[in-house]
Amino acid sequence: MTEKLKLATASLCGCFGCHMSLLDIDERILELVQLVEFDRSPFTDIKKIGHCDIGIIEGGVANAENVEVLREFRAHCKVLIAFGACAINGGIPAMRNQFELKECLEESYVDGIGVYNRMIPDDPEIPMLLNKVHPIHEVVQIDHFLPGCPPSGDAIWTFLTGLIEGRPVSLPYGQIRYD
Amino acid sequence: MSGEKTFILDGKPIAFEDGDTIMDAALRAGEYIPHLCHNPEFTPHGSCRICMVEVDGRQVSACTFPAAEGSGVVNDSDQLTAQRRSLLQMLFVEGNHICPGCEKSGACQLQAVAYYTGMLALDFTHFFPRRSVDASHPDAVIDFNRCILCELCVRASREVDKKNLFSISGRGINSHLVIDSPTGKLGDSAFAATDKAMHVCPVGAILPRHTAYNTPVGKRLYDRQPVNMVGDVAGYEETDER
Ligand code: SF4
Ligand code: SF4
Repeated sequence: MTEKLKLATASLCGCFGCHMSLLDIDERILELVQLVEFDRSPFTDIKKIGHCDIGIIEGGVANAENVEVLREFRAHCKVLIAFGACAINGGIPAMRNQFELKECLEESYVDGIGVYNRMIPDDPEIPMLLNKVHPIHEVVQIDHFLPGCPPSGDAIWTFLTGLIEGRPVSLPYGQIRYD
Repeated sequence: MSGEKTFILDGKPIAFEDGDTIMDAALRAGEYIPHLCHNPEFTPHGSCRICMVEVDGRQVSACTFPAAEGSGVVNDSDQLTAQRRSLLQMLFVEGNHICPGCEKSGACQLQAVAYYTGMLALDFTHFFPRRSVDASHPDAVIDFNRCILCELCVRASREVDKKNLFSISGRGINSHLVIDSPTGKLGDSAFAATDKAMHVCPVGAILPRHTAYNTPVGKRLYDRQPVNMVGDVAGYEETDER
C-alpha cells in the first residue's frame, strides 16, 4: 500500500468557517482519512508541523504570528493552498484596511459604545497587528486557490480528490463562488 | 437565403445588418461575448476590454467594431479567456471587492463574468484604495469601492434620463466617478428612483435601497446558471423577479 499523503491545515485571520466547511464533506471524511493523514491542524490539535505534502491555509495575514505560521507552512509543505475568500483577498477582515490601525484599535477599545476599562491591550503575548490585512499570496508563494466564503463542502471535495489523485481540477459551475 | 450578410464567429455563420457591430449581431444571434461596459440600450463605450475578440488575427473590442462580410472572428479561445481573466483580476484588485459583504453578490456581473472565465484567484497585489460611500440619497447608495468605471450610469443618465448627472473625472489610476450636484453628493442631485441610471450598474456600486438581501442565496441571478445563459444583470434589475 502506498503511504498516505500528509495534510496540515491552519486558520490565520479567518472565522474558522472554512474549517467547518471542510467538515461539511460529511461522511466523505471517512474516505479522506483513507487517503491522507492529518498533521498539524485544529482537527488534530498537533501544534508543530512536520514535513507535509499538502498545506491548507484559511484566512489572511493580519498579525506577526500569522506571518510566522504561514512561513512555517510554506517551508514544510510541498503544495500550499489558499483556502477561502480571506486567504485569497483578505476577505471581511480586510475591510479594516480602509482605516488606520490606530483608528480601529481606538474604536474597539477606547471610543466604542459600552467599553469600560478603556485601554488598548499591549500584553507582550498578544501578536503585533500588521497595519493592513494581506492576502496570503502577498507573503509566500501559493500553489492553488479555492475561493468561497467558505468554499462549499462539494467544492472542497472536488478540489481535494483531484489534487490527491494528481489530476487537473475543474470545478463545475456553482462550485466557484466568491461569497 | 440570398443577400444576407454574414461573418464567421468561432466557426458559426452570424447574420448581420449594415451598421451592426460584432456585439450587436452576436447578441441578436444569441451568441455570448463576455462584456461588462456594454448594454445594447446605450452608445457603445469600448472601455472595459472584456469583449476583445480577434478579427482576422487582430484584437478589437466587439462592442465597437463593425461587423464585416466574410470576416473571421475568434471569441472563444484559451488565450482570450486568459486575457479576460487578467483584466477582471485587475478590476478586482484596484477596487475593494469583498463579495461576502456585498449585497449585489450573486447578481453581480463582474463576479459572473469572472466565474465564467474560471477565475479562482487574484494574481496581483491588492491596492486596497480608500474610497467613500455616498449614502446621502433616500432611495440609493453609491459605494465607490466597487465602481469599475464602466460609464453605464453616465450613459443612462445622459441618453435616457436626460439629466447628465454622472461623469468620470481624473486620469489613469485616479479616475473616479463624480456626481453633478452642488455638494457632489447624490442626495443633492436631481437623481430619482425612477431614473434608468438607478438600474444599470453591473456591480454593487449603485444600489437601490430597501431591497438588500431580498433574494435568498440559491435563487439569485447567477446562482444556478452562468452569465452566458441568463444574460446581463441590467435586464434582471428592472424585472419584479428579484
Ligand atoms: S460588486 Fe460584485 S465583485 Fe464587487 S464586491 Fe460586490 S459582488 Fe463582489
Ligand atoms: S457606478 Fe456602476 S454603472 Fe456607474 S460607472 Fe461605476 S460601475 Fe459603472
